[in-house]
Amino acid sequence: MRYWIAFWNILLKDMRTYYLKPPNISWGLIFPLAWTGMFFVKSGAELGSIATLLPGVVAISILFGTTSMLSVTVTFEKKNRSFERLLLAPIPFELLMLAKTSGAILFGVANAFVPIIMAAFLMDLSPLVWVEFIPAVVLIAIASTFLGLFIAVSVSEVFEAQTFSNFFRFPMIFLCGLFFPIEKLPVFLKPLSYALPLTYGADVLHGAVHGANVMPISSDLLVMGAFCLGLFVLSLQMIRRRWIA
Amino acid sequence: MNQVAHIIEVADLTKQFDDIKAVNSITFGVHTGELFGFLGPNGAGKTTTINMLTGLARPDSGSIRISDIDCTENPRAAQHLVGVVPDESNLYPELTGFDNLCFCASLYGIKKKERESRARELLDMFGLTQAANRRFGGYSKGMKRKLTIAAGIIHKPPILFLDEPTTGIDVASARQLRQLVDDLHRSGTTIFLTTHYIEEAERLCDRIAFIVSGRIIRIDTVENLVQPIRAKHVVQLACTNSILDIQGKLSSSFPELHFALSGNGVIRVESDQPIGVGPLIRFLEDNGTEVLEARRIRPSLEDVFVRITGLEAEAMRKEKEKKGGGQ
Repeated sequence: MRYWIAFWNILLKDMRTYYLKPPNISWGLIFPLAWTGMFFVKSGAELGSIATLLPGVVAISILFGTTSMLSVTVTFEKKNRSFERLLLAPIPFELLMLAKTSGAILFGVANAFVPIIMAAFLMDLSPLVWVEFIPAVVLIAIASTFLGLFIAVSVSEVFEAQTFSNFFRFPMIFLCGLFFPIEKLPVFLKPLSYALPLTYGADVLHGAVHGANVMPISSDLLVMGAFCLGLFVLSLQMIRRRWIA
Repeated sequence: MNQVAHIIEVADLTKQFDDIKAVNSITFGVHTGELFGFLGPNGAGKTTTINMLTGLARPDSGSIRISDIDCTENPRAAQHLVGVVPDESNLYPELTGFDNLCFCASLYGIKKKERESRARELLDMFGLTQAANRRFGGYSKGMKRKLTIAAGIIHKPPILFLDEPTTGIDVASARQLRQLVDDLHRSGTTIFLTTHYIEEAERLCDRIAFIVSGRIIRIDTVENLVQPIRAKHVVQLACTNSILDIQGKLSSSFPELHFALSGNGVIRVESDQPIGVGPLIRFLEDNGTEVLEARRIRPSLEDVFVRITGLEAEAMRKEKEKKGGGQ
């Protein structure tokens, strides 16, 4: 019970302090809107193409929302030493880090629904397979959050967290099949695409929104789950090695 | 909690950063209910030791037992028993004082009603009730320090680690904090205090360990440390002009006395016998040195520290001034 009191209060504090702040909420709204608008203008597409754009915009909203928020907040707390306060708490380390990342995961999931709500006004969402879409959104949010944690552990300054995040994020836009099919990438880049978790998440989203998945949904979700676990374990090891050294 | 003779037991503890041994094979024990002081200059290894004892750093070798729990392999195993007040505040600047305390209490699994009432109680005890709903980031240094201590004891830990509690705060706040530390000690809390304020350690601690360059030079009670020099007679003379060139003359004219001259015109005179200041003053004035003040000094822990470690207490004082400290 006492562990869950700690878990819940860490999550609650982060939600209040970081994720529910008006600038972050507006960022969560504007970001997907800007991406959607940009692709429409660039491609000169009609409303019918929203279904093909939607998975990419959803994935990108989650990726940018979670990695930005978590890498910055954790680096900020490490810098002002308040993260030390958490490390002194008598709760299992894994649970502590799950509590710390849960806020960003929820923020990512909420971000995913901004483009969905916008799309609901422009297209018929009834063909959308929610039982595939929701697990994909959650797993992308988890994997992106743990990627943000990995970034936070790798840097020491807040500005480094942002620049280092972009090092991973921008290539993922092109490599993970969000807007451009992986088949159209040069052969030498394809292995890199399949080494990134977002490729599998985006594939599920394409399948759930317009039935255009390349790999079986179940294997996509399985690989995503494995990536989440791997990134979490790797981040914890790095925190132990670097911050409890 | 088990009632053990040594609530903290440390053996051969070592921690190295690159080529520097921050803590070099230290061994000591802290008795239950004791106020144990860790005294040394900056960079002596005080904070590294606290970090290892509280689970924020892993020792390279050696062992740590806290309340009979072996923390060597699992540094976080005894965290429920300890409260930690670091040398710099580690609370959340964007939360209010009240919310900070409630949040810290929640980390120890304390339920809402209890943590709110404990937070109010501590805010009252530390004189921060008026500032309870102000953001912590806007607090003064002294208020921040007090709230950080309050956060360290929110879960009523049997062991409290205080790292330089009065550094960088004003005289009144430092005095108030020392009183609070004394009260906690009297209430039975075991306190591990690091400081580079010698007078603070002398005033508060039951036993003191002198640590220099990662090594413990001496551990003893304040009484035992000071006892050998209690019989010494010390006089300090403040003079107007440069005195460094008369050391030889002084020593040859007063062979029974020991002189230490500093560049700022202060002569420290030590002897096993009572010192007559009249002949000294006359001698100095005959040699063109005007004496502004002569006062008898009671030998203190500072003298013991200088004697044992070879470090000048003045150097430690300068360090605390650099940190913005006051006493």
